[in-house]
Amino acid sequence: MSDKPADKRKIKSAKKMRDIMTTYYLDAMTAEQNNKQVAWITSGGPVEPLVAMDIIPIYPENHGAMIGASKMGEDLCIKAEDMGYSSDLCSYARADISCSVVKGGPLGGLPKPDMLICCNNICGTVLKWYEVQARFYKVPLFILDTPVCHTQYSSEIAKYVQTQLDEYIVFLETITKRKFNYEKMAQVGKLAYEAQLLWQKVLNTTAHKPSPMSAFDAFFFLALIVTLRGTQIAVDFYKELLEEMEQRIKDGISMVPNEKYRLLWDNLPVWYRLKWLSKKFSDHNACLVADTYTSAWCGAIKYTDENNFLGSIAQAYTMIYLNIGVDQMADQVLDMIKFYDADGFVMHSNRSCKPYSFGQMDIMKIVREKTNIPVLMIEADMVDPRSFSQSQVETRIDAFMEIIKQRSN
Amino acid sequence: MKEINIFYDAIKDVSKVASKIKTKQKKIIGYLCSYASEEMIYAAGFHPMRLFSSKSDIVLAEQHLQAYCCSLVRGVLEDSLSGRLDFLDGTVFPHTCDSMQRLSDIWRMNGKYEFFADVVLPAKLNTQSARTYMKDVLIKFKKDLETAIGKEITDADLLEAIKKFNLIRKNLSKIYAIQSQKPGIIKGADLYAIVKGSMVMDRDEVIDLLPVIVTHLEKLDVPEKKAKRIVVAGSICDSPDIYTAIEAAGGVIVGDDLCTGQRWFEGQIPEDENPIDAISTRFLDRIICPAKHSSPFARGENLVSLAKKNKADGVIFMMLKFCDPHAFDYPYLKEFLDREGIKNLAIEMDDQQQNSGQLATRFETFIHMI
Repeated sequence: MSDKPADKRKIKSAKKMRDIMTTYYLDAMTAEQNNKQVAWITSGGPVEPLVAMDIIPIYPENHGAMIGASKMGEDLCIKAEDMGYSSDLCSYARADISCSVVKGGPLGGLPKPDMLICCNNICGTVLKWYEVQARFYKVPLFILDTPVCHTQYSSEIAKYVQTQLDEYIVFLETITKRKFNYEKMAQVGKLAYEAQLLWQKVLNTTAHKPSPMSAFDAFFFLALIVTLRGTQIAVDFYKELLEEMEQRIKDGISMVPNEKYRLLWDNLPVWYRLKWLSKKFSDHNACLVADTYTSAWCGAIKYTDENNFLGSIAQAYTMIYLNIGVDQMADQVLDMIKFYDADGFVMHSNRSCKPYSFGQMDIMKIVREKTNIPVLMIEADMVDPRSFSQSQVETRIDAFMEIIKQRSN
Repeated sequence: MKEINIFYDAIKDVSKVASKIKTKQKKIIGYLCSYASEEMIYAAGFHPMRLFSSKSDIVLAEQHLQAYCCSLVRGVLEDSLSGRLDFLDGTVFPHTCDSMQRLSDIWRMNGKYEFFADVVLPAKLNTQSARTYMKDVLIKFKKDLETAIGKEITDADLLEAIKKFNLIRKNLSKIYAIQSQKPGIIKGADLYAIVKGSMVMDRDEVIDLLPVIVTHLEKLDVPEKKAKRIVVAGSICDSPDIYTAIEAAGGVIVGDDLCTGQRWFEGQIPEDENPIDAISTRFLDRIICPAKHSSPFARGENLVSLAKKNKADGVIFMMLKFCDPHAFDYPYLKEFLDREGIKNLAIEMDDQQQNSGQLATRFETFIHMI
């Protein structure tokens, strides 16, 4: 046992989480030998019916994040460009598409899908990306079309999405040649609901000053709520993580040693520069206490009825952060600034993610008007490092932190 | 010919078209997408006007949209913010791509015009539930229009509009068919002016002009030229210079898969059904936009059949920079064409900057090769 200050700050649950993810990917890699079917699903898609049907869900976007974090993005993106895909396209999509062909990346490629489940609540890109994979793997594609709620969740949208959820069940029954297990679905729904509540509680702990963890930790711990939502494993893990966070609060352990400034992050992480960015802010005694990204997996929980999961998730899956109007997104940002008592707002203008990034400038304007906090926008990309200029970003962060410091004096 | 010149004049200065329409006490509704129901806008007594970027420098839109947003979306926002679209009384945003989706939000939040509607169409078009939803959102759009005008839009109003727009579509199809039969009978730039003009001008005027052009072209003899037959594919192709450059390089345009071309006008709306059902039917059955889904192969199959039907010697993709839906489809469309031995070329373009010298060289090289 070591009690060096740096070790004290390490989150102990991280190892467990790595083990769980390793087991998950091992299971997925050996699915065929174990007579299990694999479905590729978008990060915002309803995974619970797959879990209820014992189908292993695989998230190409989580894989994209792994590719980015292991700094293999540039090479795979270039390979996609050699295949004719424009360098302006989403880097998750580029990396995944070329990875399927060259079997590259940290896992040597994902297990082949038996079906593709695409929910367009996060973007229109996934629609095109999953069409590419449907042609490549020659497997059935189910599209859950969740119309954008610019100003409201209309009755037409409600009816359309609910009908499609029924079609989704029929699709799964057809592919698996098995009857849908509604009993198991009810259990899975409860577990998914519980895990989301726990995840929200974990994220809420960072409202404490100093914050027991940072958004960089949330980016890491997010993996389970995405991939294993609806399982006991996720519930148990987040219970433990929550306990650990609460203990850290009691013991006064903060993630950033001398937390003085609290920042809110917008958009996906810059996966290949997490460490650098984390240190950069930490050196300024600033902690990214929260972000608009990781909360997307629990933000719409208010629409879910745990006792009528399938009957209530249409709205929850349709009203997620990216599928609403920019003004509503700004309202959520303002709420977060207040809840986490943020001193500054850092926006990642992400070339890869148009629905997340377009509208950011209007949100920036609203935040500036309605709060008194400085806003910084940095240009980057979540996976492709060619769009990232470290020196430029560094200068801008330094200047931004300077303003925050002056304001607090 | 003087009828074609009217189209040229119209597209040269749409604000003039707008003032003329305003003298008839008509209000103008703008849109950026070929899935906007012009028939419904017209039936409400409005003038439907497709919006294109004036290609002015981006200054005000810089404060709203990053540089990696396509030049159409940024360009039209710039036009709006700088007052060049002040003749508009409203806008309609049918759901297409991610960039348009956010443009709609920014547009609404900046609220410059009296009327605003999002028509959040389905992204998939191949299921019964999508068909039902398509009808539901069109009915909602109809209600929005009725609220704006303060009276009901009757089935008779809709049917009359459908008949008029069917006539426009039919005559544009005819002009394209004549051109494919007798390539070079009409200049590419003329074709461009006619199609674009038909999207912005007073439609009653368009209805009168198009048949005159059709009759004129039908009577003309085929020019003796050995031009290579070219099909153009992409999102929008809002530049007559491109058509001229293709011709100068020895090509002739015999068909297209463009949002500002055959995707917009091919296919009639049934006139013997309930009007909303009929409008839905055409949207579901027309040549598909890549931002929508019917099957993973629909666009490839369509492009190959279009090229074959028009006996194309080559296909030129005009790729609007930062247009994701088209960029995702390009590799497979190319593969489909390659498999059929149809030569193809991709050009990336931007509304704001066009390098015509380089473009000419690339067209020449390509056309000599085929």
